[in-house]
Amino acid sequence: MRQRPSAKKTKAVGRPTLGVFKFASCDGCQLSVLNLEDELVALGQALNIVYFPEASSAMQDGPYDIVLVEGSITTPEDARRIRAVRERAAVLITIGACATAGGIQALRNWADVEAFKRAVYPSPHYIDSLTTSTPISEHVRVDYELWGCPIDKAQLLRVLVDLLAGVQPRLPTQSVCLECKRQGHVCVMVARGMPCLGPVTRTGCGAICPSMGRDCYGCFGPAEGVPAGPGLPPNTTSLATRFHRDLHLIPAEVVRRFRGINGSAKPFKDESHAWEHKGCDE
Amino acid sequence: MTPIERPSAGPGLLPKSSFQLLLDALQSQGYRVMGQRLHDGAVKWDDIRQVSDLPVGWRDVQEPGRYRLEPSDSGRFFEVVNGPESVKRFAFAPREPLLMIERSHKSFRATPTLPQVEKTALLGVRACDLAGLAVQDQIFLHDAYPDPYYQARRENLFLVAVNCARALSTCFCASMNTGPKAQAGFDLALTELEDAVLVEAGSQTGQDLMQRLPLSPASDRPLAEAEAQMEACAKSQTRRLETAQLPQALYDAHEHPRWDQVAARCLACGNCTMVCPTCFCHTVEDAPDVTLQRTEQARVWDSCFTQEHGYIHGKNIRPAIKDRYRMWLTHKLASWVDQFGTSGCVGCGRCVTWCPVGIDLTEELPALLDKER
Repeated sequence: MRQRPSAKKTKAVGRPTLGVFKFASCDGCQLSVLNLEDELVALGQALNIVYFPEASSAMQDGPYDIVLVEGSITTPEDARRIRAVRERAAVLITIGACATAGGIQALRNWADVEAFKRAVYPSPHYIDSLTTSTPISEHVRVDYELWGCPIDKAQLLRVLVDLLAGVQPRLPTQSVCLECKRQGHVCVMVARGMPCLGPVTRTGCGAICPSMGRDCYGCFGPAEGVPAGPGLPPNTTSLATRFHRDLHLIPAEVVRRFRGINGSAKPFKDESHAWEHKGCDE
Repeated sequence: MTPIERPSAGPGLLPKSSFQLLLDALQSQGYRVMGQRLHDGAVKWDDIRQVSDLPVGWRDVQEPGRYRLEPSDSGRFFEVVNGPESVKRFAFAPREPLLMIERSHKSFRATPTLPQVEKTALLGVRACDLAGLAVQDQIFLHDAYPDPYYQARRENLFLVAVNCARALSTCFCASMNTGPKAQAGFDLALTELEDAVLVEAGSQTGQDLMQRLPLSPASDRPLAEAEAQMEACAKSQTRRLETAQLPQALYDAHEHPRWDQVAARCLACGNCTMVCPTCFCHTVEDAPDVTLQRTEQARVWDSCFTQEHGYIHGKNIRPAIKDRYRMWLTHKLASWVDQFGTSGCVGCGRCVTWCPVGIDLTEELPALLDKER
């Protein structure tokens, strides 16, 4: 684990400055910042929020001590813009599944984007978009990644507070199951046979779906995954095999299970590929 | 738990039609009575105010990676054996605030945040879970340094054990010598018979409570019936752990190829450690407020299956799933013996049932000790 920068180590005079930038996304993660209602005033006093078009018309050019980036890269213009943002950011944090793994729109990576354009737009030649949706980390260096669709606002707050305190932010990589069990929820997979992705999904959401009797669909992305390699978590293969053999999902359903909001995150992508051409008896 | 001071009146019989009187007696003594109640397809600890709150009419069927409730016409109060939660969480809380630390001038002030615990009676604690709690006591109340947070919770527990009449396919307490009969560590122990419940005291508090119940003295017949019931339960257990060669045999199996096979199935999700009545790993988290003037320090359940758990300065000493499963099983069944003089396994079978892919340690251990493979 390399030492990562903290906001205090930058040459900020007075309050550290914060910029919030949007790329291809639904704005839900930026809203999570605004949803920090109880802490927003204190946060606004601890940080100087100088660029946040979702919240304010006052926009400063930077440089910024901390930059939050929402959304994935889907256009040539965005691919240029993210480099400019990075140059002005001391610490860059991606917020949400789109910025961190490409998001739900990364399903286009398996589809014919030109055909989509022709089907949707009367004049498709006006649309200048890339054929892929890619995470910020494929374009510039990212210091910290917050997963989730949307992010957990409390996790965002902790990271900002850690940066303000000058300590390395703690971002857990363990499975959802730990939090699920701490909260005392009955396992939906063991007790009800639901194909829950919790065992291979990163904690941080507060085990929301299992607490409501629903199976986790992996919106916080793969657990661990860094470093990656054979025998290292997440063990998507074992879970997928359980889904198929014992919970009776057909291979196409296993593919869909892993190819969702974080379908382009490597462990989930690799697992969905492995099941793409399997027959039902395998 | 206070030792019995006054001579006991011996076991007594409470007609099942009067079982509510036990709940009433506990409540009148100021206890919040909790037992296993139906929740989301299983049972969880929850308030029991009346007999009808118990999961009468249901039975649990458990196998590796699978838990189901099925209708039962036995009419028994304690037909459902257990759910995912042992009694661990009532003493070793999943999240325990430890300290509130506040800046003051150029220094800081740390105030312990001891829990305010209400007197709680746990109704239906199984022998395996009592054995698990005894292990937790050994860890948290050890020697000169008892953990005050654990102690505050533990001292407010009144434990009503239930001797098991029915074994699950995942049970193996008989081979671990922890059940099906509650041996020690309870205030009251119940054995559910056909028409009556046999009540025995295991502490002075338990004995005092017995005085408040309209018990009739138990003759030899119900006592024999109770013994026969527990013996049949022990005999019906199909799983077992052969522990005679432990701990050394498991140390010798450190390079056994079976570790690779089980690691290929293991999700490293940590469920086994969360449901285990003896696993005690925890981490301490800080939660500073935005102004950086105060922070709450809390202890939360951790697991040896996480990446963070194996991290020491500069590297992760257990990067692979194989390293983590081996660490867990070797500690549980072998080095635990060296460390605490007892096995870390009480035979409750929860790690078998609640493993999402159904890994069964009673299958893994013999395979690991098999030198031919």
